[in-house]
Amino acid sequence: MPSKNFWILLPTALLLTAALSAQMAPTLTVAPIPTVKVKKGGSAVVSLKASLPAGYHANSNKPTEAYLIPLTLKWTGGPLRLETISYPKPTMEKYSFSEKPLSVVTGEFAIATTFKAPADAQSGPASQTGTLRYQACDNRACYPPKNVPVSVVVSVE
Amino acid sequence: MPGHIIVVTVKIFRIALLGFTAVALGSTIACSQLFTAFEQRTEKRPVKDDKDRKIAPEFELKDAGGKVVHLADYRGKVVVLDFWATWCGPCGIEIPWFVDFERKYKDRGFAVLGVSMDDDGWKAITPFVAEKKINYRVLLGDDKTGDQYGGVEALPTTFVIDRSGRIASVHVGLANKKDFEDAIEKLLDTPADSTAAHSGT
Repeated sequence: MPSKNFWILLPTALLLTAALSAQMAPTLTVAPIPTVKVKKGGSAVVSLKASLPAGYHANSNKPTEAYLIPLTLKWTGGPLRLETISYPKPTMEKYSFSEKPLSVVTGEFAIATTFKAPADAQSGPASQTGTLRYQACDNRACYPPKNVPVSVVVSVE
Repeated sequence: MPGHIIVVTVKIFRIALLGFTAVALGSTIACSQLFTAFEQRTEKRPVKDDKDRKIAPEFELKDAGGKVVHLADYRGKVVVLDFWATWCGPCGIEIPWFVDFERKYKDRGFAVLGVSMDDDGWKAITPFVAEKKINYRVLLGDDKTGDQYGGVEALPTTFVIDRSGRIASVHVGLANKKDFEDAIEKLLDTPADSTAAHSGT
């Protein structure tokens, strides 16, 4: 049974967490990816679901300006062979710092990756790993690019 | 209703109420802080009073020619110290203002120092400087310098430094050209305080 102090400390901790999070640079969150089953020689699609806090945007995979850092997903290790990566459809948004609308992603979005399992792939579970790179801004400031490690358990059958 | 069911119901209600209250209060505080942050960014930034100014941290960074530059080299001048990056859209809005200020005030004891926070270094900076026709000194920044200035994360972040090497105003995010200009004019009209250079760190 929690003590009386617990009932005082819990809301205090929650309030502090909320207050602190409002002062930090935006963090893109990636939802855990369910285990993917794939047969040897077969294909599998991995959907990576990500989200940015309200009020922030990240450049899409094909930014409108050359100097902007694109959203990129790179798969670096694992038993599967990369076939294609489909980035989310960007929206064109106008910001106070841009003369022209920018190609961006906001809120929740998904990136679909199609993999192929080689015919000689080893059976059993293994990790497919990669990195999601993004660079976020709000309407008045931008934040340094960040790399988010991503991982999915694949089960080759 | 049996006693134990009432107890359990009360406990569940208590937890739900507590959770709801915490989330509601947390959201309110978070929203109000965000709102305040936006307000702070857009409000006029007056030049701080003399007594409230702190000495700008000393740094040692290199310019495009590899020459080591210290902030102390600029003591006696009004300095706009701009932390920026080539990938930062709002920085690109302010840079032409600084080009203008450099040209307009250079002969009155003024200088702009652009500290680039680009990870790719001069490979990214050099073509950008040429394209934007940047006429002021650009330095390659590092995390250490950013940390010295309060952990510069949001770009642009710009410090206006008086002739005595003290921070007179700070602008986080896209600012207003007139605010900068007003601060520069005011500081240029004020002689250096000979005692300030040695006070604080």
